[in-house]
Amino acid sequence: MQVLFARHQVRVYRFVLRLVGNQAVAEDLISEVFLDVWRQADRFEGRSAVSTWVLAIARFKALSSMRRKPDEELDEEMVGAIEDNSDDPEVSVQKKDKSAALRKCLQVLSPEHREVIDLVYYHEKSVEEVAQIVGIPEATVKTRMFYARKKLSELLKTAGIDRGWP
Amino acid sequence: MNETNQKMSADDIEALLPWYAAGTLDARETDQVEAAVAADTELARRLDLVREEMTEAVFLNESLGAPSTRVMENLFKAIDRERKIARAPETRRGLGASLMDLFTPRAFAFAAGAAVMVIVLQAGVIAKLALQDRVETGSSFETASAPPVATRGFQIGSFALVRFAPQASMADITRFLDSRDAVIVDGPRPGGPGGMYRVRVARNYVGKDELERLVKEFQSASNLVSMAVPTE
Repeated sequence: MQVLFARHQVRVYRFVLRLVGNQAVAEDLISEVFLDVWRQADRFEGRSAVSTWVLAIARFKALSSMRRKPDEELDEEMVGAIEDNSDDPEVSVQKKDKSAALRKCLQVLSPEHREVIDLVYYHEKSVEEVAQIVGIPEATVKTRMFYARKKLSELLKTAGIDRGWP
Repeated sequence: MNETNQKMSADDIEALLPWYAAGTLDARETDQVEAAVAADTELARRLDLVREEMTEAVFLNESLGAPSTRVMENLFKAIDRERKIARAPETRRGLGASLMDLFTPRAFAFAAGAAVMVIVLQAGVIAKLALQDRVETGSSFETASAPPVATRGFQIGSFALVRFAPQASMADITRFLDSRDAVIVDGPRPGGPGGMYRVRVARNYVGKDELERLVKEFQSASNLVSMAVPTE
C-alpha cells in the first residue's frame, strides 16, 4: 500500500485538485480514494493499469464531492485554488507571453473539458483508458477532446491569439 | 481501438493527434498518423498546436504541487481503524493475532520508514559507486528501472520533464545530453505509456529565467525532443 500510495499520490492529487479546485478538499478526497483502493484491492482484476483504476475512483469521489456543494461556492473556490501568478489572457498577450495565455485558458475550460485534456496530455491516458475513467464510449472521448481543444482555441482567439484552427 | 487495416479518414487522423503527441496510440495508428502528418503540411502545423497545448497542460499540472503529509497520516489512521473494527469480534488473541499487530498500517509505516533509512544508507554507497562508474564510462543515462533519484545523489540541480521524439535513437539522445551536461535521473513516469523522463538540466539550482532558457534549448532540438517543460 505504501508503495502504491507513494507512486500515485501526487498525480492523483493533481487530478482531483484540477476537478474540485480546493487543496484541502483534494487532500481529504485522496485519503478517501486510497482507502477505497485498500478496501477494494482484492476486486482489482488487472484488466487496466493501476493508475487508470485509481483515477477512476478519484474521479468518482471528486464528482460526488462537487455535487454536495452549491455551484457558486465551487466556482469561487476553483478560481481561487487554481489562481496562478500569471496575468489574464489579454494581458499575457500584451506581454507576448503566449504560453501563459494558453495556461490561463486551460484553467478556465469547463471541468468536463479540463478533465479530458489533463487525462490525455498530463496523465498520458489512451482513448480506451479515458473512456474507462470517465465512463463514456471511446468515440465520445475523441469528440470531447476535439471540442475541448476547439474551446481552447476560441478562448485564445478572444484573448487575441488566432491559431488558425479550427 | 478497431483492429482492421482500413485507412482512417482525414478527420479520424486529426482526432488522434493529441494521443499521437502523447505517445499513447498503438503501432498501427501511430504509423497511419505519422504518414499523414508527413504528407500534409497543414496537419503537421496542427500537430504543432497540439504539442503546444500538451506542453502547457503538463507545465500547469506540474505547478500544482504535492499533497501534505497529512494525507498519508489520515489514510493510515483510517486503515488502522478499519482493521481494529474488523478484529473486534475476536475474543481470543493468540500468537497469530499478536503477530498480525506487527503488520498494522502504523507499525508497517514505522517499519517502512526504518527500512527506507537503511536503503538510503545503502544507496549512499551505491550512488557513490554509480557516479564513479558514470565518470569512468562517460554514460549520461540512468536507466528507467534504476532506483529513484532521491537515492542516487541527483537531488541537487535544476530539472525538466522531457519526452523524447519516437524517432530519436539512443545514441543521438546520449550525445545530446552529454553536450549539455544533462542526465536522465528518473522515469518513465508511473501510469503513463513511459515516454516522460525527469532530466537534470543543470548541476546546480538555477533561477526561473535560466531554467526556461535551458528548457528552450531542449525544445529547439525538435528532432530529438517532442516536449520539455521545467519541473521541480
